[in-house]
Amino acid sequence: MPEPMKMRATMAGDIADIKVLMNHPMETGLRKDAKTGQIIPAHFINEVTAKINDVVVLQADWSSAVSKNPYLNFKVKGPKAGDKVNVSWKDNMGATNSVDGVIS
Amino acid sequence: MNLLRRYILKSAGAAGALAITSGLLGTGNAYAAYNTAAFSAKTIADALKGLGAESATASHDIIVKAPDIAENGSVVPVEVTSNIANTTNIAILAEKNPNPLIASFNLSNGTQGFIATRIKMAKTANVRAVVTADGKKYTAVKEVKVTIGGCGG
Repeated sequence: MPEPMKMRATMAGDIADIKVLMNHPMETGLRKDAKTGQIIPAHFINEVTAKINDVVVLQADWSSAVSKNPYLNFKVKGPKAGDKVNVSWKDNMGATNSVDGVIS
Repeated sequence: MNLLRRYILKSAGAAGALAITSGLLGTGNAYAAYNTAAFSAKTIADALKGLGAESATASHDIIVKAPDIAENGSVVPVEVTSNIANTTNIAILAEKNPNPLIASFNLSNGTQGFIATRIKMAKTANVRAVVTADGKKYTAVKEVKVTIGGCGG
Protein backbone atom coordinates (compact mmCIF):
# COMPACT_ATOMS: atom_id res chain seq x y z
CA MET A 1 0.00 0.00 0.00
CA PRO A 2 1.34 3.46 -0.83
CA GLU A 3 2.05 5.62 2.18
CA PRO A 4 -0.45 8.37 3.01
CA MET A 5 -0.27 11.76 1.33
CA LYS A 6 -0.27 15.09 3.11
CA MET A 7 -2.24 18.15 2.11
CA ARG A 8 -2.74 21.67 3.39
CA ALA A 9 -5.40 23.91 1.85
CA THR A 10 -5.82 27.46 3.12
CA MET A 11 -7.58 30.59 1.88
CA ALA A 12 -5.35 33.59 1.14
CA GLY A 13 -7.79 36.37 0.29
CA ASP A 14 -10.10 34.96 -2.41
CA ILE A 15 -7.57 32.37 -3.57
CA ALA A 16 -7.22 28.87 -2.17
CA ASP A 17 -3.58 27.87 -1.73
CA ILE A 18 -3.22 24.09 -1.91
CA LYS A 19 -0.02 22.24 -1.05
CA VAL A 20 0.36 18.49 -1.43
CA LEU A 21 3.14 16.06 -0.48
CA MET A 22 3.05 12.60 -2.00
CA ASN A 23 5.11 9.58 -1.02
CA HIS A 24 6.61 7.93 -4.06
CA PRO A 25 10.09 6.69 -5.09
CA MET A 26 9.85 8.31 -8.59
CA GLU A 27 12.40 5.94 -10.13
CA THR A 28 13.68 7.17 -13.50
CA GLY A 29 14.63 3.76 -14.85
CA LEU A 30 18.18 5.09 -15.33
CA ARG A 31 19.53 4.26 -11.87
CA LYS A 32 21.40 1.05 -11.11
CA ASP A 33 21.11 -0.96 -7.94
CA ALA A 34 24.45 -0.48 -6.16
CA LYS A 35 24.57 -4.11 -5.03
CA THR A 36 23.39 -6.05 -8.06
CA GLY A 37 24.27 -3.67 -10.89
CA GLN A 38 20.79 -4.22 -12.28
CA ILE A 39 18.87 -1.24 -13.60
CA ILE A 40 16.04 -0.28 -11.24
CA PRO A 41 12.87 -0.21 -13.37
CA ALA A 42 11.11 3.10 -13.91
CA HIS A 43 8.40 3.66 -11.32
CA PHE A 44 6.80 7.07 -11.21
CA ILE A 45 3.54 8.93 -10.82
CA ASN A 46 2.32 9.82 -14.31
CA GLU A 47 -1.06 11.33 -13.58
CA VAL A 48 -2.26 13.68 -10.85
CA THR A 49 -5.81 15.01 -10.53
CA ALA A 50 -7.09 17.64 -8.11
CA LYS A 51 -10.77 18.31 -7.48
CA ILE A 52 -12.62 20.88 -5.44
CA ASN A 53 -16.17 19.87 -4.56
CA ASP A 54 -15.83 17.10 -7.17
CA VAL A 55 -14.94 19.55 -9.97
CA VAL A 56 -11.56 18.99 -11.62
CA VAL A 57 -9.32 22.06 -11.16
CA LEU A 58 -5.98 20.56 -12.10
CA GLN A 59 -4.95 17.57 -14.16
CA ALA A 60 -1.25 16.92 -14.55
CA ASP A 61 0.82 14.49 -16.61
CA TRP A 62 4.25 13.77 -15.18
CA SER A 63 7.45 12.10 -16.25
CA SER A 64 9.91 10.43 -13.88
CA ALA A 65 11.83 13.72 -13.60
CA VAL A 66 9.59 15.06 -10.86
CA SER A 67 11.56 14.66 -7.62
CA LYS A 68 11.15 11.76 -5.23
CA ASN A 69 8.26 12.26 -2.79
CA PRO A 70 6.71 14.92 -5.03
CA TYR A 71 5.64 18.32 -3.78
CA LEU A 72 2.95 20.25 -5.59
CA ASN A 73 1.56 23.69 -4.88
CA PHE A 74 -1.24 25.34 -6.87
CA LYS A 75 -3.75 28.14 -6.38
CA VAL A 76 -7.43 28.23 -7.21
CA LYS A 77 -9.70 31.27 -7.34
CA GLY A 78 -13.33 30.78 -6.38
CA PRO A 79 -13.59 28.22 -3.59
CA LYS A 80 -14.53 29.09 -0.02
CA ALA A 81 -13.37 27.87 3.34
CA GLY A 82 -15.04 24.55 4.06
CA ASP A 83 -14.97 23.36 0.43
CA LYS A 84 -13.77 19.80 -0.11
CA VAL A 85 -10.45 19.13 -1.84
CA ASN A 86 -9.39 15.78 -3.24
CA VAL A 87 -6.01 15.07 -4.84
CA SER A 88 -5.26 11.69 -6.37
CA TRP A 89 -2.43 10.11 -8.35
CA LYS A 90 -1.83 7.10 -10.52
CA ASP A 91 1.60 5.63 -11.28
CA ASN A 92 3.01 3.75 -14.25
CA MET A 93 2.57 0.44 -12.42
CA GLY A 94 -1.14 1.03 -11.91
CA ALA A 95 -1.00 1.95 -8.20
CA THR A 96 -3.16 4.82 -6.99
CA ASN A 97 -3.52 6.95 -3.90
CA SER A 98 -5.53 9.98 -2.85
CA VAL A 99 -6.01 12.44 -0.04
CA ASP A 100 -9.10 14.36 1.07
CA GLY A 101 -9.09 17.67 2.85
CA VAL A 102 -11.10 20.76 3.61
CA ILE A 103 -10.07 24.34 2.81
CA SER A 104 -9.49 26.27 6.03
CA MET B 1 -10.41 -5.72 -13.36
CA ASN B 2 -8.86 -3.36 -10.87
CA LEU B 3 -9.18 -5.84 -8.03
CA LEU B 4 -7.49 -8.45 -10.10
CA ARG B 5 -4.68 -6.08 -10.95
CA ARG B 6 -4.16 -5.24 -7.28
CA TYR B 7 -4.12 -8.90 -6.42
CA ILE B 8 -1.57 -9.71 -9.09
CA LEU B 9 0.66 -6.80 -8.11
CA LYS B 10 0.54 -7.76 -4.46
CA SER B 11 1.26 -11.41 -4.96
CA ALA B 12 3.82 -11.14 -7.72
CA GLY B 13 7.47 -11.63 -6.85
CA ALA B 14 10.17 -9.20 -7.97
CA ALA B 15 10.67 -10.90 -11.33
CA GLY B 16 6.94 -11.22 -11.90
CA ALA B 17 6.35 -7.59 -11.03
CA LEU B 18 8.86 -6.60 -13.68
CA ALA B 19 7.03 -8.52 -16.37
CA ILE B 20 3.67 -7.08 -15.35
CA THR B 21 5.10 -3.58 -15.27
CA SER B 22 6.08 -3.73 -18.90
CA GLY B 23 2.57 -4.95 -19.70
CA LEU B 24 0.95 -2.09 -17.79
CA LEU B 25 3.18 0.45 -19.48
CA GLY B 26 1.58 -0.57 -22.74
CA THR B 27 -1.95 0.12 -21.49
CA GLY B 28 -0.76 3.29 -19.76
CA ASN B 29 -0.32 4.86 -23.16
CA ALA B 30 -4.06 4.55 -23.66
CA TYR B 31 -4.67 7.74 -21.61
CA ALA B 32 -5.97 10.10 -24.21
CA ALA B 33 -4.36 13.01 -22.40
CA TYR B 34 -0.85 11.63 -21.88
CA ASN B 35 1.33 13.15 -24.58
CA THR B 36 3.64 10.18 -25.10
CA ALA B 37 5.43 11.77 -28.06
CA ALA B 38 6.39 14.85 -26.07
CA PHE B 39 7.25 12.95 -22.88
CA SER B 40 9.48 10.40 -24.63
CA ALA B 41 11.29 13.04 -26.73
CA LYS B 42 15.03 13.04 -26.08
CA THR B 43 15.83 16.55 -27.23
CA ILE B 44 14.32 19.87 -26.27
CA ALA B 45 13.46 20.51 -29.93
CA ASP B 46 11.46 17.28 -30.20
CA ALA B 47 9.79 17.87 -26.83
CA LEU B 48 8.66 21.35 -27.89
CA LYS B 49 7.44 19.91 -31.18
CA GLY B 50 5.46 17.28 -29.26
CA LEU B 51 3.85 20.08 -27.27
CA GLY B 52 3.16 22.06 -30.43
CA ALA B 53 5.33 24.84 -29.00
CA GLU B 54 8.21 25.08 -31.53
CA SER B 55 7.29 28.67 -32.30
CA ALA B 56 6.17 29.72 -28.81
CA THR B 57 6.50 33.45 -28.13
CA ALA B 58 9.03 34.45 -25.47
CA SER B 59 7.09 36.28 -22.76
CA HIS B 60 8.04 38.46 -19.80
CA ASP B 61 4.67 37.68 -18.26
CA ILE B 62 5.93 34.24 -17.31
CA ILE B 63 8.16 34.09 -14.27
CA VAL B 64 10.25 30.97 -13.76
CA LYS B 65 11.61 30.93 -10.24
CA ALA B 66 14.40 28.45 -9.53
CA PRO B 67 17.73 28.60 -7.71
CA ASP B 68 20.74 30.01 -9.62
CA ILE B 69 22.81 27.10 -8.35
CA ALA B 70 21.35 23.74 -7.36
CA GLU B 71 23.80 21.65 -5.38
CA ASN B 72 21.65 18.57 -5.65
CA GLY B 73 20.11 18.02 -9.09
CA SER B 74 17.64 15.48 -7.75
CA VAL B 75 15.65 18.13 -5.88
CA VAL B 76 15.40 21.47 -7.66
CA PRO B 77 12.50 23.65 -6.51
CA VAL B 78 10.78 25.31 -9.47
CA GLU B 79 7.94 27.82 -9.39
CA VAL B 80 6.20 29.02 -12.54
CA THR B 81 3.87 32.01 -12.49
CA SER B 82 2.01 32.99 -15.63
CA ASN B 83 0.43 36.44 -15.62
CA ILE B 84 -1.07 35.79 -19.05
CA ALA B 85 -4.89 35.83 -18.97
CA ASN B 86 -6.70 32.52 -19.51
CA THR B 87 -3.67 30.33 -18.85
CA THR B 88 -4.90 26.77 -19.35
CA ASN B 89 -1.68 24.78 -19.30
CA ILE B 90 1.80 25.08 -17.83
CA ALA B 91 4.50 22.67 -18.95
CA ILE B 92 7.92 22.44 -17.29
CA LEU B 93 11.02 21.25 -19.14
CA ALA B 94 14.71 20.89 -18.27
CA GLU B 95 16.50 21.40 -21.56
CA LYS B 96 19.37 18.94 -21.04
CA ASN B 97 17.58 16.11 -19.25
CA PRO B 98 17.49 12.68 -20.96
CA ASN B 99 13.77 13.39 -21.50
CA PRO B 100 13.37 17.17 -21.33
CA LEU B 101 9.61 17.32 -20.66
CA ILE B 102 9.02 16.91 -16.93
CA ALA B 103 5.41 17.80 -16.31
CA SER B 104 2.36 19.28 -17.96
CA PHE B 105 -0.39 20.83 -15.82
CA ASN B 106 -3.88 21.43 -17.19
CA LEU B 107 -5.56 24.19 -15.21
CA SER B 108 -9.31 24.68 -15.15
CA ASN B 109 -12.22 26.09 -13.14
CA GLY B 110 -10.44 28.98 -11.48
CA THR B 111 -6.97 27.51 -11.03
CA GLN B 112 -4.46 30.33 -11.28
CA GLY B 113 -1.45 30.41 -13.60
CA PHE B 114 0.82 29.19 -10.85
CA ILE B 115 2.59 25.90 -10.18
CA ALA B 116 5.32 25.09 -7.69
CA THR B 117 7.00 21.71 -7.53
CA ARG B 118 10.40 20.04 -7.33
CA ILE B 119 12.19 18.51 -10.30
CA LYS B 120 15.27 16.45 -11.15
CA MET B 121 17.95 17.93 -13.38
CA ALA B 122 20.73 15.93 -15.02
CA LYS B 123 23.06 18.90 -15.50
CA THR B 124 23.32 22.67 -15.78
CA ALA B 125 20.59 23.79 -18.16
CA ASN B 126 17.72 26.12 -18.79
CA VAL B 127 14.48 25.32 -17.04
CA ARG B 128 11.83 26.19 -19.60
CA ALA B 129 8.17 26.87 -18.97
CA VAL B 130 5.68 26.63 -21.82
CA VAL B 131 2.36 28.30 -21.14
CA THR B 132 -0.81 27.82 -23.17
CA ALA B 133 -3.31 30.68 -23.03
CA ASP B 134 -6.24 31.13 -25.42
CA GLY B 135 -4.73 28.39 -27.58
CA LYS B 136 -1.44 30.27 -27.99
CA LYS B 137 1.94 29.16 -26.66
CA TYR B 138 4.29 31.35 -24.68
CA THR B 139 7.61 30.47 -23.12
CA ALA B 140 10.27 31.65 -20.68
CA VAL B 141 13.51 30.22 -19.29
CA LYS B 142 15.71 30.37 -16.21
CA GLU B 143 19.20 28.90 -16.09
CA VAL B 144 20.04 26.59 -13.19
CA LYS B 145 23.62 25.50 -12.54
CA VAL B 146 23.67 21.95 -11.27
CA THR B 147 26.57 20.68 -9.16
CA ILE B 148 25.53 17.01 -8.87
CA GLY B 149 23.15 15.56 -11.46
CA GLY B 150 19.96 13.91 -10.28
CA CYS B 151 18.97 11.49 -13.01
CA GLY B 152 20.93 8.45 -11.89
CA GLY B 153 23.53 6.71 -14.04
